Amino acid sequence: MANLTLENAALPRVVPAETQPSEPHGDSRPEMVIEPAARWPRVDLRELWTYRQLLFFLVWRDLKVRYAQTVLGIGWAVLQPLLSMLVFTVIFGRFAKVPSDGIPYAVFSLAAVVPWTYFSTAFSTSSNSLVTSANLISKVYFPRLVVPIAPVLAAIVDLLIGFVVLAALMMVYHVAPSPAAIFMVPLLVLLMAITATGVGCWLSALNIQYRDVKHLVPFLSQIWMYASPIVYPVSLVPARLRPFYALNPMVGIVEGFRSVLLQSGPIPWRLLGISAATGTLLLVGGALYFRRTERLFADIA
Amino acid sequence: MSDLAIRAEGLGKRYRIGTAAKRHDSLRDALTNMITAPVRNFRQLRGGGVDGAGDEAGVHWALRDVSFDLRDGEVLGVIGRNGAGKSTLLKVLSRITEPSSGRAIVRGRVGSLLEVGTGFHPDLTGRENVFLNGAILGMDRAYVERRFDEIVEFAGVAKFIDTPVKRYSSGMYLRLAFAVAAHLEPDVLIVDEVLAVGDAQFQKKCLGKMSSVSKEGRTVLFVSHNLTAVRTLCTRAILMRQGKLVADGTPGETVGLYLSEVREDLRERVFDDPATAPQNGAGIVERVRLRQLDDEESDELTTESSFAIEVDYRTREPGAFLGFTVVIHDAENNIVFSSIGNREPRWYGRPMPLGRYRSTCTIPGNLLNNGTYSASVYMFGQGFRDMQFMNDVLRFEVADSPAIRGDYFGALLGAVRPDLTWTTDVLSEASA
Repeated sequence: MANLTLENAALPRVVPAETQPSEPHGDSRPEMVIEPAARWPRVDLRELWTYRQLLFFLVWRDLKVRYAQTVLGIGWAVLQPLLSMLVFTVIFGRFAKVPSDGIPYAVFSLAAVVPWTYFSTAFSTSSNSLVTSANLISKVYFPRLVVPIAPVLAAIVDLLIGFVVLAALMMVYHVAPSPAAIFMVPLLVLLMAITATGVGCWLSALNIQYRDVKHLVPFLSQIWMYASPIVYPVSLVPARLRPFYALNPMVGIVEGFRSVLLQSGPIPWRLLGISAATGTLLLVGGALYFRRTERLFADIA
Repeated sequence: MSDLAIRAEGLGKRYRIGTAAKRHDSLRDALTNMITAPVRNFRQLRGGGVDGAGDEAGVHWALRDVSFDLRDGEVLGVIGRNGAGKSTLLKVLSRITEPSSGRAIVRGRVGSLLEVGTGFHPDLTGRENVFLNGAILGMDRAYVERRFDEIVEFAGVAKFIDTPVKRYSSGMYLRLAFAVAAHLEPDVLIVDEVLAVGDAQFQKKCLGKMSSVSKEGRTVLFVSHNLTAVRTLCTRAILMRQGKLVADGTPGETVGLYLSEVREDLRERVFDDPATAPQNGAGIVERVRLRQLDDEESDELTTESSFAIEVDYRTREPGAFLGFTVVIHDAENNIVFSSIGNREPRWYGRPMPLGRYRSTCTIPGNLLNNGTYSASVYMFGQGFRDMQFMNDVLRFEVADSPAIRGDYFGALLGAVRPDLTWTTDVLSEASA
């Protein structure tokens, strides 16, 4: 039962779309109008908030189920980034001799692999979330945006475990984080979550209509990784191209993580600014597109 | 408006239906098709099968111009054939899908149960699923916590509550799922066919719960194929046909209308093909037929007509033992009676030589009430084993007859209409 104490706030069960305060019989029941939606329905954040309990339950379910019937269980969250790091260190660090801003390559890559693994897991599971929740969507009403948001939140647990592994490796290599990490890390995680949710909204909505997306996602994840400074430093990219390079939100984010965790350089504010802007744009656009196509979900899921 | 729970005004739901795939007659056609397919698929998928602006021919109205008012405390049954739009109506009213036209106003908290156990995850325990399912149905956590013991007790799975539900039997799973749903207490309850699952005992429990819900004065919208349930639980019923609302009245009237729409007599079934004919180890059925006995001229069966159910069959080997049971069901699939042919004097219990036989069960007049009935015939071998069930093999309508009505013209209640004897005796005469 300890697992269930997530949130205790009372949840209004149906959200009024329109309330009539002055009902002649003092009737205070909520009144809801069901009609064909506008072409571009707005994103109803208040409604989303009233359904936060459901969101927490979906996150909790994802967590409970993720490592069910596995031998290693949560150990996978430790093993995955470690193995990636190992492969990168051998191939890119040893064989290809990719520079790493003067930091031991193992730490250099793990500091990027941990957030990248989070981002990649978050946006991939989010992209598939609507299709896997088809049954839920066709049987119950709730704000559909809950569906792509839940996996992004659920993946944070693995990220935290990844950070613990990273901290251990940093101790081994005597690398200390800068004090700015205390506020920068949460900020960067938030930025990743925003970006992943944005991508998740786009792809999950597209996925339910065009199942091609399912085949695209693993591929996209791989390309995106090489388009981000995971196995190489940003300093390898020509300076004049960097503003364009930073249009990829993960560029600023990963570089930010390295700068505060490994003190590899000053905080790349300019890159971060561009990344934050594109990340936010992705989210706003994604949420709007999601809402626009939402009315089709139950019919084609 | 103050006592209205739901008002539907011209609700419509349009789907675009896919056109049949083309055939390719040559390799060239097939190749061309492979190249152009993505473009075509894209166009088709973009429409999403819904709300296509395309030609009217490719458009299907699952719901068309449906209007009705539902007052507080009314229990409305929605009946109709499969594909008549019942479920679409519920989905629109519970906001799962949106209407293409018209609008509806729903007042009060809505709880919809289109399925029991929505969101149940096999890897989670019973306890975890209760909370998850509760959250999905819109119950708040504190409420589920308060009612938790009650839910578990109702489901009768207390012993297994911390076991993953994938290890549950399907009965346990359903009971738990229903128990959660049964504790949903909205102002307006929308229920779809949830009663159509599970065993008889479970269905009884569900119906009991539905009945108590309707007695509490809750407003309920209820789609069902169980016509008895509609008749006994609902205060009103609507009939849907091809997306349109075609009748709105008392459950009795609407159910009657529906029955006249779907039922047609089926008085003879011939099984030509020995491969697919009903059979057991001892015999193969060739024909089952209802034959009117007293008036061969008229083909109308009335409450006073006697009739026979005949089974023609062939034995498979010399010395076969064979017997039959006739079961009569009413329109709502309640068994009116059953009769076993084990007192048939000539052949029952005796080895039958190879050959063709006819067993006849005679049903007297003044037994069945007016209405629609179906007959099932069970074939069995020696010792009532080797059963072969021919369910609903015949269907027939029994028309009203004035025979035992006397001066009464209203409806006679019950599944049977026996001609019983009445007497009145004077016990004492009051002195004038």
